[in-house]
Amino acid sequence: MTLLEVKDLHVSFPTADGVVRAVRGVSFDVEPGRTLGIVGESGSGKTVLTQTLLGLTPGAEVAGSAEFEGADLLQMTDDQLRHVRGARISVIFQDPLTSLHPLYRIGWQISEMIRAHEKSVSKKEAGDRAVVLLRRVGIPRPETRVNDYPHQFSGGMRQRAMIAMALALEPKLIIADEPTTALDATVQAQILDLLLRLQQDSGTALIMITHDLGVVADIADDVMVMYAGRAAEKAPKRDVFYAPHHPYTKGLLESIPSSKAAGDRLKPIPGQPPSLINLPSGCKFHPRCGYVFDRCLTEEPALHPVAEKGSHTSACWLPAGAAGLSAEAEELREQVVQAERGKEAAGVAAAALAELGISGTGEETAEESSARATTDNEGSVA
Amino acid sequence: MASATRESKPDDDVLVRVENVVKHFPVKAGGFVRHTVGQVHAVDDVSLVIERGKTLGLVGETGSGKSTLARCVAGLLPVTSGRVIFNGTNITRLSRAAMRPYRREVQMIFQDPYSSLNPRRRVGAIIGDPFAIHKTATGAERKRQVQELMERVGLNPEHFNRFPAEFSGGQRQRIGVARALALRPKLIICDEPVSALDVSIQAQVLNLLSDLQHEYGLSYLFIAHDLEVVRHVSDKVAVMYLGRIGEAGPAEELYDKPRHPYTVALLSAAPAADPDTAAARQRVILVGDVPSPIDPPAGCRFHPRCPKAQEICGKVEPPLVRDDSVPPPAGDGEPGPDAGQPAADVPGGWAHVTACHFPVVPGESLAAVGAKGELA
Repeated sequence: MTLLEVKDLHVSFPTADGVVRAVRGVSFDVEPGRTLGIVGESGSGKTVLTQTLLGLTPGAEVAGSAEFEGADLLQMTDDQLRHVRGARISVIFQDPLTSLHPLYRIGWQISEMIRAHEKSVSKKEAGDRAVVLLRRVGIPRPETRVNDYPHQFSGGMRQRAMIAMALALEPKLIIADEPTTALDATVQAQILDLLLRLQQDSGTALIMITHDLGVVADIADDVMVMYAGRAAEKAPKRDVFYAPHHPYTKGLLESIPSSKAAGDRLKPIPGQPPSLINLPSGCKFHPRCGYVFDRCLTEEPALHPVAEKGSHTSACWLPAGAAGLSAEAEELREQVVQAERGKEAAGVAAAALAELGISGTGEETAEESSARATTDNEGSVA
Repeated sequence: MASATRESKPDDDVLVRVENVVKHFPVKAGGFVRHTVGQVHAVDDVSLVIERGKTLGLVGETGSGKSTLARCVAGLLPVTSGRVIFNGTNITRLSRAAMRPYRREVQMIFQDPYSSLNPRRRVGAIIGDPFAIHKTATGAERKRQVQELMERVGLNPEHFNRFPAEFSGGQRQRIGVARALALRPKLIICDEPVSALDVSIQAQVLNLLSDLQHEYGLSYLFIAHDLEVVRHVSDKVAVMYLGRIGEAGPAEELYDKPRHPYTVALLSAAPAADPDTAAARQRVILVGDVPSPIDPPAGCRFHPRCPKAQEICGKVEPPLVRDDSVPPPAGDGEPGPDAGQPAADVPGGWAHVTACHFPVVPGESLAAVGAKGELA
């Protein structure tokens, strides 16, 4: 049975500058015991998406539904949500220093959380449970460390304490929002390892929000790649990494330096993510896309299956067969672009390429320069 | 340049020579009468060389001293002891006035493109500052040079009068690069230049840095915590831990055959954007956190967390020793102590050096050993 089923979620924020359309029609499922990785750059809507589920985006205009254990989270009253948050769904945030209260002892903060949800638990019992939890997440000497203040913990230990708190009431779902971004590599490895092990023990489902494809490759089962408030591609982990269909996913993978991709130059994605107030027409990725053709300029593609199994979906007008990094897939993409690209789309593609050329050779013609000036203007609206 | 301070003739290959640099910061306590109660050993006896036109990558975790070392090289922090020799000149004891010409030759690019640009000044003025400070160009000439720089780093020169807030993160980092480039420095110190940028933008800035290096023959001291980024840009890499260099060598050599257990752990911890690599990898999970640099462990500083530690490691500090299985590059014989070539055993030179009593041999697995104290 599906644990969480989000359907066509829209979130927007009215601001003085215009409506920020942070999430525009996202649907996804989370199965018990599975890990969904949500990847995206800043401003892709990944954090707003999950915070909305927990009622943490006051002032937002929300539409859609989010069924969790048979009830719609988006229809719940504040009081009902309070019983879900922490107990059924818990959250681990990026910065453990700002999410722990600096003036209360770690143990007090954990037992407070237990007692807020389970009224019958005595202070002593809650305190004992805090010690057990700290031991479970690998805090040395938990009997004494339980009386420490957050500043007495290192960054990695604080994040462990946050995880202990998230586990306290044995939730069905944990949402981890960039939980390791502020940590050093060796500590990040410790925390990811811990999350994986705890998940195997307890069967909790996990939503892992991150900008780091490496973290996703490590611990996700399924991956959703977000761009400009929408899912660009959704698939089991291996498909995303080895048979990406959406040019944005492919571009992300190619722009990471890696030992396999030897050679002097990286292949960046030109331009920058669009402003969420003033989105481009058609496919929101088209101004940066190397495969842009005419249809992309006017119509926004929906997620459609690109593999026979149907679990791999992509929001791109390229044909289903054009998935993967192979030469055949590349040839198919080129064929489609040849056949479908008109004058206008060619202009968009040239502008994107020109921008890369700028950072490349330092040579440019007057024509390229003016083309780039136009894209720059579009890009710097934010 | 002040010839009085010149202590050796400029080498052909070496731009910067860091010799036994120590940087301690006093720890003060007390209310009315402040007194020193200890020292933060930020950088402890570090030597390295940066070659002309090449990139030395510096990796290490928070508190390893890499940023402090970079600031010592830039002359922004006085060293406690040791020497920094730039282009043949010892710059560690120069007066402010004598420092000036040197400051033109070394520039920095910082991590955060949001806080390193003054939000209330126009981009043209920010990039033009170096010209104003060093009085090299004024008026229309300055504007022309600034616009040329903007063009060179991929910004629209017409945006001369805009404020930093009107640019995206990647564009702001380009502004920082333009400012660093203004006086045609020989060395640019890049302190986490792409860490704050989105993945798709990161590659744009890295390509720009690489183009500029080829075009102007720049040397880079490149600090980053992302190991793949460092591997991509660096010719030589040095790994720092608690104020010391644990291992250094040519980038490919160090990444393919790491010898220090800390390097092995660091490399195994770095997330790989490839599920098969991630699954196949044996992760060395280190015990605990980095100890306090106020009271660093005796002996090898890594020994309390090291899966291979033995008794001697807690007593005797291992020196940096060359791995003799790596042959010197062709045409590069054993350099004499005063020859103009990088001394082989100094980090940043051609040799692969490791400070460890029990270096890891190829094929050896640390993962099994490391697992035992996982939760300690």
